[in-house]
Amino acid sequence: MILLDLILILVTGGIASWIAARRSAMVARWITLASLLVNLILGIGIWIAHLGRSQSNPARWFVQCNFNWIPQFGIRIHLAIDGLSLALLLLTYFLGIMAVLSSWREIRERVGFFHFNLLWVLAGITGVFLAMDVFLFYLFWELMLVPMYFLIGIWGHERRIYAATKFFLFTQLSGLLMLIAIIALAILHHQSTGIFTFDYEQLLKTALSPRAARLLMIGFLAAFLVKLPAFPFHTWLPDAHTEAPTAGSVILAGLLLKTGAYGLIRFVLPLFPGPSRELAPILMSIGVAGILYGAVLAVGQTDLKRLVAYTSVSHMGFVLLGVFAGNEIALEGAVVQMISHGISTGALFILAGLLQERMHTREIAAMGGLWETMPALSGAGMVFAMASLGLPGLGDFVGEFLVLLGAYRANVPLTVVASLGLLAATLYGLRVAQNAFQGSNPHHWKLPDMLPREWMVLGLMMVGLLWIGLYPQPILNTVRPSLAAAQQSAFTQEIVRR
Amino acid sequence: MSRTDFVALLPLMIVPATAVILMIAIAIRRNHKAVAVISLGGLVAAFGSLAFAASVLPRQVSAFFILDSYSFLYMAILLCAAAFVFLLAYDYLNRRQKHPEEFYLLVLLATTGAMVLVASRNFAAFFLGLELLSVALYALIAYVRAESISIEAGIKYLVLAASSSSVLLFGMALIYAESGSMELSQFTAAMIHSTGHANPFLVVTGLMLVLTGAGFKLAVVPFHLWTPDVYEGAPLPVTAFIASVSKGGMFALLLRWFHVNSGDITGVPGLVLSILAIASMLTGNLLALRQTNVKRILAYSSIAHMGYLLVALLAGGALGAPAATYYLTAYMVTILGAFGVMTALSGRQHEAMSLDSYRGLFWRRPLLAAAFTTMLFSLAGIPFTAGFLGKFYVLMAGASASRWVLLFTLIVSSTIGLFYYLRIVVVMYAQPEGAGETENPDDTRTLPVPLPATLALAALTGLVFLLGVYPILFWDTMVAVTRNLG
Repeated sequence: MILLDLILILVTGGIASWIAARRSAMVARWITLASLLVNLILGIGIWIAHLGRSQSNPARWFVQCNFNWIPQFGIRIHLAIDGLSLALLLLTYFLGIMAVLSSWREIRERVGFFHFNLLWVLAGITGVFLAMDVFLFYLFWELMLVPMYFLIGIWGHERRIYAATKFFLFTQLSGLLMLIAIIALAILHHQSTGIFTFDYEQLLKTALSPRAARLLMIGFLAAFLVKLPAFPFHTWLPDAHTEAPTAGSVILAGLLLKTGAYGLIRFVLPLFPGPSRELAPILMSIGVAGILYGAVLAVGQTDLKRLVAYTSVSHMGFVLLGVFAGNEIALEGAVVQMISHGISTGALFILAGLLQERMHTREIAAMGGLWETMPALSGAGMVFAMASLGLPGLGDFVGEFLVLLGAYRANVPLTVVASLGLLAATLYGLRVAQNAFQGSNPHHWKLPDMLPREWMVLGLMMVGLLWIGLYPQPILNTVRPSLAAAQQSAFTQEIVRR
Repeated sequence: MSRTDFVALLPLMIVPATAVILMIAIAIRRNHKAVAVISLGGLVAAFGSLAFAASVLPRQVSAFFILDSYSFLYMAILLCAAAFVFLLAYDYLNRRQKHPEEFYLLVLLATTGAMVLVASRNFAAFFLGLELLSVALYALIAYVRAESISIEAGIKYLVLAASSSSVLLFGMALIYAESGSMELSQFTAAMIHSTGHANPFLVVTGLMLVLTGAGFKLAVVPFHLWTPDVYEGAPLPVTAFIASVSKGGMFALLLRWFHVNSGDITGVPGLVLSILAIASMLTGNLLALRQTNVKRILAYSSIAHMGYLLVALLAGGALGAPAATYYLTAYMVTILGAFGVMTALSGRQHEAMSLDSYRGLFWRRPLLAAAFTTMLFSLAGIPFTAGFLGKFYVLMAGASASRWVLLFTLIVSSTIGLFYYLRIVVVMYAQPEGAGETENPDDTRTLPVPLPATLALAALTGLVFLLGVYPILFWDTMVAVTRNLG
């Protein structure tokens, strides 16, 4: 039941803050914050309760709930949580709180509807991370879209309508391809067993011919690779991330991209082990292409948010590389990368939002020498730029290092090329640091430094990055059992052969 | 005719009887409210008689009618749709029309026509129902005589509908010449193996001509050319009626007599139907992209939706017919809701047709805009709305029949479709413009929505969500009702 509560709290919180905003915008903000805090505490509660049992207890799920919904097709409201879901949920609520706090002053119009959409996106994301019925998964997958579309389309920047529509169309088309794959999978299961079901654990046992498995996997891949986004399907991302309001960018980069990676780990690997092995070299190459492409394009950007958006493409390339490298180290690296990228990129978007709020521009060329006038904000900027370029001691380094370590065992040339991406990352990281924060102040900016609220947001995110960078073990322990389960089905033979 | 026959035919008799009563009432004294109440009462009575007559089902009455749970389910749907049209039209007519009473009369007659289609068993009943529906529609489309666009639409519809009827009639004649039978039930057999006849050429040609006539009513490509003009020209409640009752009745007939429960629809009919479906899905959605008139957008979107329905029809099998029924129900509820919101927003002189009249609607009238958004999302097939589950069932049916080409066309075209639905949504949520241009005497932005329309819209929005979230209520009935088809 607690899992359903997680979703319901956000849904009702959203409605409540919409209604409350008619009286006072402040109340709406506090309601939003409170419902996210409650969820964060509930999540931490589940974590503490199940911290010790990851090794000893063989049961796969910490908590689950399972209701009948559409019995004719065996569709059930089946929610379950394991280490992977839990880690991503904690990230969701953490970033959600950061998003609310960072838009505390940015959003002044239609405050109620804004927070309604914000909470509903997060409810959709929660559902995606919890659903263990593929039909339900698809519903939540789509549910994320609509509020996100409104967030970009109403509160975004100049080209918001174009960006929002592009985002919606890309994800909708790819999502429908996945829906067809889901339906085909259920029908194949029905044909072989005579039972209609969309339940994840039942479908895992479906016997598929290699050809059918490959086609179905392509359907799932379509949705996840677009959302991730992998290299040729990424074109919606720079637009959507750039035009979204700060909170929207944080949620897009920090969470929505993660749902794609989560889908790969949760669904593609275990459901289609055979084709995953077959297509792994291609997918890893796509990942590497994304790493280089994103990094190179990031170097050339003049718009700060667009630059950060392209670094996301690059970082998610590492995730793709890690997921299909076929060993546990790389997969763990991919998950750590997901979490730390969520925090570091989210922080960079918040930073860009703070700068825009003060300077009314996102052009890097218009900045310069900001250290002089805003030492604290610039210092924070340095930290997150360093995190993004993979400085040891901060979260991203751990993820990228583990991914490269694992990928090296699978494919040496690709790994070598991928590490070139780190070089390009240094270029763009330093470029931001130098052109925006250091040097002289040619435009004679005089700007207020960080407020206590902003301090708190960025400070907490720094602590998070440092924690992952220095002591990632608790996260690894939490996610390891679920990753092992995903891995086992996909890459057993390989491990045995070694 | 025995007493049971009489009972079984009650629903089909109450509706035209109400029309006759209306005629007399109007002759005595014109009173809009009384007329509306009488016609709604007639619909309710007919609806009640469905439950009463259900005990004698299934029953064939003469060679004309087959009354079984299938036709009763569709009659119930059509009656509800007509009732919604009345509720939505009441205030619209009050605002714009000097003599609104005959509207009810004509709608009742057209509804009777659609109900006859649903229950028809042979060519004669089919044709009679079709003509009853069409003739009433000619007058309805041109109901606003003060506006030339309405007259133009009426004449356009008259010419095209009359010629398509003659094509249909010729098709029936060809089939009759070959088989010597007027039974509609020979369609299904002809769909699967038309070669079994002595002269398959005649049968296939006849079948194609019948499909042409039916396709015209449904407005599938390439018989769709009338749709945007008629949708635009007809008064909004009539547009809603065409989109729901007229198409619904025709499709119910098509589904009953062309649905194939076992075996594939192959050969020429299968090919032709597939081409119709693909062309409708793509053409409808592509042509809608560049429209700026919401009525025309919904007209083109209806073409695409008929294409989706054909996919379910082509899929056949155990899932095809219930999926089509579910989709059709969802579509009717949604399109009634969409046109209902437009009706509620229409002023004394101008209908809310242009995209501009929706600018910033959400910030002025959040509830109406939310209802319209729901309807548009349902048309686009976003989860938790009726349209999504409808699409899901259609995909399910198509996938179990392995009709992959149709399915891929469906998802590609519905993504294209999403674009223009989003365009309307974007406009509704855009920032309202400056206060300067609101000095319009015809301004409907603050007009309160009257009680009947409010009730109807609330019910329709509720139904969209109910159909989208809790399908168990409807699905089992639809499966049971369609079990014996084909």
